Amino acid sequence: MTDALVTTAAFDALLGALADDGRRVIGPRVRDGAVVLDDLDGVADLPVGWADEQSPGRYRLRRRDDDAHFGFTTPSTSWKPFLHPAREVVFRARLDGAGFEVTPPDAPEPLAFIGVRACDLAGIAVQDRVLGGGRFVDAGYAARRSDVFVVAADCGESGPTCFCGSMGTGPTATTGFDLAVGERLGDEPRFFVRIGSARGAALLERVEHTPATEADRADARAAAARAVAGQSRSVAAGEVAGLLARNLEHPRWDEVAERCLACTNCTLVCPTCFCTSVEDSVDLAGTEAVRSRRWDSCFTLDFTALGGAPVRGSVRSRYRQWLTHKLSTWQDQFGELGCVGCGRCLTWCPVGIDLTEEVAAIGATDGAENPGGTPS
Amino acid sequence: MADPVAVTLDADPMVPVPYEVVARRALSDDTTSLTLAPAGPRLADARPGQFFMLWAPGVGEIPISLGVAGPGGQVEESIRAVGAVSRALSATPVGGRIGLRGPFGTSWDLDAAVGRHLLLVAGGVGLVPLRPAVLDAVERASDFRGIGVVVGARTPGDLLFQDELTDWGERPGVQVVTTVDHADRAWHGHVGVVTEVLDLVDLDPARTTAMVCGPEVMMRFVAQALDGRGVPLADVQLSLERNMKCAIGHCGHCQIGGGFVCLDGPVVAADRALPLLQVRER
Repeated sequence: MTDALVTTAAFDALLGALADDGRRVIGPRVRDGAVVLDDLDGVADLPVGWADEQSPGRYRLRRRDDDAHFGFTTPSTSWKPFLHPAREVVFRARLDGAGFEVTPPDAPEPLAFIGVRACDLAGIAVQDRVLGGGRFVDAGYAARRSDVFVVAADCGESGPTCFCGSMGTGPTATTGFDLAVGERLGDEPRFFVRIGSARGAALLERVEHTPATEADRADARAAAARAVAGQSRSVAAGEVAGLLARNLEHPRWDEVAERCLACTNCTLVCPTCFCTSVEDSVDLAGTEAVRSRRWDSCFTLDFTALGGAPVRGSVRSRYRQWLTHKLSTWQDQFGELGCVGCGRCLTWCPVGIDLTEEVAAIGATDGAENPGGTPS
Repeated sequence: MADPVAVTLDADPMVPVPYEVVARRALSDDTTSLTLAPAGPRLADARPGQFFMLWAPGVGEIPISLGVAGPGGQVEESIRAVGAVSRALSATPVGGRIGLRGPFGTSWDLDAAVGRHLLLVAGGVGLVPLRPAVLDAVERASDFRGIGVVVGARTPGDLLFQDELTDWGERPGVQVVTTVDHADRAWHGHVGVVTEVLDLVDLDPARTTAMVCGPEVMMRFVAQALDGRGVPLADVQLSLERNMKCAIGHCGHCQIGGGFVCLDGPVVAADRALPLLQVRER
C-alpha cells in the first residue's frame, strides 16, 4: 500500500496517536489574524474554513465558503523556529573564580509537524545540509531534527506570492515526509494520504482508512497541476546564479537599497536563512554564565563588524549579500539554491520588495554597471 | 615521552575546554601573549595559520590564530586588546582559565614552497598568524631557495617580536626587511608601507611562494604588487579576516562569496581571494 483515504475523524485520531507517542504535535492554526504554527490538540485547531490573501507587503485572512482544513497557502511563519530556534542555550557554565564547568542543554522533546507544505519541506532539507550536512554537525539541530515525524500537506491552490513551481520545490511533496495529505472536499470529505516512510505506514495502520483508487490519485495530480498553473511569479532557477554573479555592480542594487529598510523581516521568515549570533550572559552573582545562540541577520550593521567597522556598511551591499547568497553563491557553497519559492519574504517585506521582480530587473539590463554604488 | 593528557576529538565543537594561563608577557602597548596549558583534555594540535576560538567566560568569544605550539598541548596566543572580549582575555592573570575550541580552518602551505623562494609579508598583528610559519621555515631554511620576511607596523613600538626578527635576519638564507608608517627619533630603518620595500627582497617571481597576513587593504596591494612582478596569484596565500561567531560554518557571519572564512579559509590562495576582495563591501 502506498496511499489511502481517511476521514476527518480518522485524521484527528492520527494526530492523537502522535501525541500518545509522546510527541509535541505542531501545525497551522489561526492566531492574531494569521495562520501561525503552534501546538495542536486535534484537527479542530486547524484553520478550518480560512484562506489567506498574500501579496508583496500584505497578508490578510478571509473566510472560505467551505470547511477546508488546509485551504490557505503558506503559513505566515516557517517551521524554522522549531528546528533552529530563534534563541537557544548552547551551554551553561558554572564559574568558580579561576575556572568554569560546562553543562550541556537538556535533550529536546520529540516533535510531529502537521501540514508541512512542499516548499517548507524543501526549506527544511536546505537547512539539513547547512547545519547537519557539512564537516560539523549542529548538535542541537540534529537532536531536534533526527526524530521529527512529518505529515506534509499538498497544495491544491497557490497564492500570488508563491513560486515553488519555478524553483522545483512544489506544490506536491515528493520526499522528506512520513505521510502526505491532500484534502478532498465535498459531501464526503476525505484526506488522501500518501505514505513516505515505514513509520508513516505504521502510524496509518493505527487509524481507520480505506484504499485509495486511481481516481483519487488522478484528483491529486489535477490539484497539483491547478496549483502550479495558478502561479504568476517565477525565477529562472537554472540561470539566476550566473546572472547575479556577473552583476555585482548593477545599478539595480542602488535602486532596491532606496526602498529596503534593512529591517531583517525577510531573513526571519525565510525557511532557509540560518545565520545566528552567540551571546554570553552572567547572573548577578557572577557564578553562572549562559552561552546562547540567537538568530541574526545579514541585514544588520553589526553582522560584519570587524575592528569596529562593518564590512558591509551600505544597505546596497547588505541587500546584495542576501539576494546573491540565496540565489547564487549558495549554489557554490551547498550545490543548490537557497530559495525554495515560499514567497514569505515578499509578503512580510514592509515595503513589498519582490525578489522575483529584482531578479527580472537585473536580467533585463544584464551587464549594466555602477561600480561602488551611489555615494551616500 | 608519552603525552600525559588525552586529545579531545569527539567533543561538541561549540563547547570550549578549559586552558590555564601559565605565563604572560606584553608584546606592545596593546598586545599581550598568553601561554596556555590544557587544564583537562587537550585539543588537537593546530597547524600554522589555523585558529582557535578563545572564550573569556561570561564575556564572549573571538577567533585568535595559533601563535606557537609548545610541549604538552601548550599554545602561546597573542591578543591585541581592541574590544570587550580581547581586553578580558588579555587581562587574564596567570592561573586564570579561559576556554578554547578548535583548531579551525585552513593553514599556511609551507610544503608548496619547498625548492622555491619563500616570501612572508606581515602587517601589524598580521605577524602573529605568520610567525609559526616563519619559525618552521627558518628551522628548515635549506628547503627553500631563500626566505624573505617583510614586516610593516604603524610605529617602531608596534613592531612585534623584534628579538626574533633580529634572530631570523642573522640566519643564512633569510632576509628580513622591516618598515614603519611613522618613525620615531630612534628609528633608522625604512618608512612607508610594505609594498614599497617588497622589491628589496631577492626572489625569482615565477619560483616564489608568498604568504601574506595583515589588514585587508594591505593584503590586496601586496597581492597586486606580486602579481605585477610576475608571481602567480595561485602561489600567493592570504589570511582573510571576517566577523565570526561559531567557526564551524553555521553562524554565517564570515560568509564571503561562495565560502565561509572559517571553513574555506582563513588561508586562501590569492587567485580565489583577490576577486572577492576587489568587490567593495563584498
